[in-house]
Amino acid sequence: MPSVGAEGLSSFAPSAGFLRRRRLLAGLFAALLWAAAALSVLITLAIVAVLIGESLPFLEEVGLSAVLLDTVWTPLFAEPRYGIWALVAGTLTTTLIALALALPAGLALALYLCEYAPPRLREAAKPVLELLAAVPTVVYGYFALLVVTPLLQGLIPGLPPFNMLAAGLVLGVMILPYAVSLSEDALRAVPRELREAAYALGFTRLQTGLGVMLPAARSGIVSAFLLALARAMGETMVVTLAAGQNPRFTFNPLEGAATMTAYIVQVSFGDVPYGSRAYRSLFVVALGLFLCTFAVNLLATLLSRKRSHRGA
Amino acid sequence: MTVAALPIPSRTAEAEERPLKLRIANLSFWYGRRQVLFDVTLPVRERRITALIGPSGCGKSTLLRCINRLHDLEPGHRYQGRILLEPGGLDVLAPHTDPLLVRLRIGMVFQKPNPFPTSIYENVAAGLRIRGVRKRALLDEQVEKSLRRAGLWAEVKDRLHDHAFNLSGGQQQRLCIARALAPEPELLLLDEPTSALDPAATAHIEALLSELKSRYTILLVTHLMQQAARIAHDVAFLHLGRLVEFGPAAEVLVRPRDPRTRRYLAGHAA
Ligand SMILES: Nc1ncnc2c1ncn2[C@@H]1O[C@H](COP(=O)(O)OP(=O)(O)OP(=O)(O)O)[C@@H](O)[C@H]1O
Ligand SMILES: [Mg+2]
Repeated sequence: MPSVGAEGLSSFAPSAGFLRRRRLLAGLFAALLWAAAALSVLITLAIVAVLIGESLPFLEEVGLSAVLLDTVWTPLFAEPRYGIWALVAGTLTTTLIALALALPAGLALALYLCEYAPPRLREAAKPVLELLAAVPTVVYGYFALLVVTPLLQGLIPGLPPFNMLAAGLVLGVMILPYAVSLSEDALRAVPRELREAAYALGFTRLQTGLGVMLPAARSGIVSAFLLALARAMGETMVVTLAAGQNPRFTFNPLEGAATMTAYIVQVSFGDVPYGSRAYRSLFVVALGLFLCTFAVNLLATLLSRKRSHRGA
Repeated sequence: MTVAALPIPSRTAEAEERPLKLRIANLSFWYGRRQVLFDVTLPVRERRITALIGPSGCGKSTLLRCINRLHDLEPGHRYQGRILLEPGGLDVLAPHTDPLLVRLRIGMVFQKPNPFPTSIYENVAAGLRIRGVRKRALLDEQVEKSLRRAGLWAEVKDRLHDHAFNLSGGQQQRLCIARALAPEPELLLLDEPTSALDPAATAHIEALLSELKSRYTILLVTHLMQQAARIAHDVAFLHLGRLVEFGPAAEVLVRPRDPRTRRYLAGHAA
């Protein structure tokens, strides 16, 4: 038992000064955290404000319907058209191809690492994945253009040098390590007891992985793929190099098409006179890209919340 | 079926005649280079409750996990000795034995409740589904039966499709017991199943175990001597990884022969 002081207080009872300092420190820290959170929200809002502010004059000039009700994007032509869906189609097609590759492969790899791989391999895989995730995207871009497209052309005769298939596939490979690494973290965070319960009940590795580990790690895995997807959507080099810079309203992976990011980079490289109408269209595209990413985020949040709101 | 309906045999006399469900012979176990179990030999009788007692850290959980090869999930362990699961004399620890075959015959309840992140119903049905049971009616029936046996049915019968995490800790533990019972395992391993429960829930589980012993073989780790006295037929006392004393509950708990057992029991009585 701790010794007890004269007034019946434990001799470890803290002094009033200590308590005051402690409270002050806690308050300071909370304020700091609040400020950091507020700052990141403010920055996001500021970006949105700039995008909207710069887009509005442009939209007033050409009209919202010219942007939303057209599918031809030719801002540099003598008779310019601003149908943003041409660019959105490019972004969506490449991103969906990337997801179609990265989602099954990523889940399978993460599960393999978590349930099947010998511990040594598991430990070795992690840094390799992180290294892969750090490869500059321009490398992936040339890889798509110079390796993947020729390979695909061998399989699919008549495939043009710029095509969304190669871009999307390489985009998928690019986000794969990222998605696997984050998913594996989520799987590893599943309480050991849960895994033991499954094996003790007679589950096979596959049943444990699919039936217990994946559901238990679901929210972490959803956000892993969400981050990966956002990266794929915002990725510029790969799609610019491999899918080309020709805006075309098509969802056919065998054609080339510019994405929103490819257009932004094209304009930013200075092919377009500063301050011109075509230049200002950049902000509308950026706003469109932001809205797309935001929509994906929202969707995924709803998805993971709807299924697990009763859970833990 | 209730306890009262069962014929009450004279414990010691009949215990001798019960066939063995499990023969643990000269079992040693290492975590890495650290030996935790030393030459443990323990018979477990069919359709009897065998209680495993001993101070914290003496290796009770480790021993239990040898029996269903749960240590296989972590690398760097080593077994020596034999565990035979009867009938059939399945050599549990043999390298060529598929741990799945062992685990499909054995159920386990852990110290902390660990329900799957799914509905109450699916938790109980999980063990049946992986054994290939598909018929809805059969699943429904077995889920209800198991929940009744675990004493949870009345509380959850209207919310079977609620998420299991919404249950209280004690309810979750009873759910885990129901989950272990559903596939009707030959042997039930219980690792301090009542340590997370209040006295009322504990009493309920004990009553349940007493009732189950007519059908299942139970190996129960407990730190409650009264619990062992109330429901166990045989008691094994484990001390620093060695089996110090084993025999009918009445003898081990009342007239322990080994001084270490005596000291431990005296400490608990105080
Ligand atoms: N994964 C592990 N790696 C290394 N040592 C371990 C591991 N798990 C348990 N041990 C050690 O093995 C010994 C036996 O542990 P065990 O969990 O079997 O004890 P126990 O009898 O179940 O204790 P309690 O009554 O507290 O649950 C302890 O000394 C413990 O520290
Ligand atoms: Mg234990």
